[in-house]
Amino acid sequence: MAKIIVVTSGKGGVGKTTSAAAIATGLALRGKKTVVIDFDVGLRNLDLIMGCERRVVYDLINVIQGEAGLNQAMIRDKRVDNLHILPASQTRDKDALSAEGVEKVLDTLTKDFDYVVCDSPAGIERGAQLAMYYADEAVVVTNPEVSSVRDSDRILGLLGSKTRRAEQGQDPVKEHLLITRYDPERVNHGDMLNLEDIQEILSINLIGLIPESEAVLRASNQGVPVTHDQKSDAGQAYVDTVSRLLGEDIPLRFHEYQKKSLLSRVFGGGRR
Amino acid sequence: MKLLEFLKRERKKSASVAKERLQIIVAHQRSQRDQPDYMPMLERELLEVIRRYVNVDQDAINISLDREDDCSVLELNVTLPRSG
Repeated sequence: MAKIIVVTSGKGGVGKTTSAAAIATGLALRGKKTVVIDFDVGLRNLDLIMGCERRVVYDLINVIQGEAGLNQAMIRDKRVDNLHILPASQTRDKDALSAEGVEKVLDTLTKDFDYVVCDSPAGIERGAQLAMYYADEAVVVTNPEVSSVRDSDRILGLLGSKTRRAEQGQDPVKEHLLITRYDPERVNHGDMLNLEDIQEILSINLIGLIPESEAVLRASNQGVPVTHDQKSDAGQAYVDTVSRLLGEDIPLRFHEYQKKSLLSRVFGGGRR
Repeated sequence: MKLLEFLKRERKKSASVAKERLQIIVAHQRSQRDQPDYMPMLERELLEVIRRYVNVDQDAINISLDREDDCSVLELNVTLPRSG
């Protein structure tokens, strides 16, 4: 039986799709059979981040409406053996996503896979609620920024009430905080919320911290999840995050401010 | 030098201001989290009824639901104007 992990945030643009792609890739690299599903019906982007946009034939809505089988719609990742992508529809509207349909798809997938990663759309509407409804665990992606933290708290409220686990009185969805776009230099200057403050406000356990990094844009430009860029700080931080999701105790990295030396500034050694 | 210190102190502030603001808004959000869905409607209708008799402001009414072990307490606070 697969674990269902939803990557969610409330606010848009904080790095949900980047994180869903990076985490799914990391899980597959660790030998876990993984499928990552785009729930953003009408505005799919996971296919771009995963670099398979030209191989999309069928999508989640086609499967739900019986126009295609799961195996026809799932795209096998070019780089990692155990990884599959289930894209969202670009044309239909989000009402095409039915709870029964999603449940049926997830039921089938959990039999075959070790991990099902659901990439939630922004907001708290239908798409976002369905992405989280069947989840066992949730990765709440948060930027060190007031609107993102507030929206994350709203999402935590929904995870505690509007999920199958909550409604059926089972063990609650396991909530993890993933802080992205963290800039230790700005934190050091007192211009950015630090990770302890964010944790204190949201009071959930920290699964990972992704530093603000040029590697993230580079990765999305190329359609290669940043996990593959093991020279980059962000790539390494996602590998750490995946290890923690698998239950390993890994110390936090990239959260402390290191003053750049003059030499590294001159020669751009600080670029990662 | 003093100017530099002044600027530095100002800078220290923005993250802690953010934290304070978030603590307040998040506490408020959480107090509403466990409320049943009918609460906003109930609040509005109660206000309507009270207004039939006394002219009170929109924000003169404060309603909250506290849950204890096996019962719930609906607390209603209305600030009436002095002249009544």
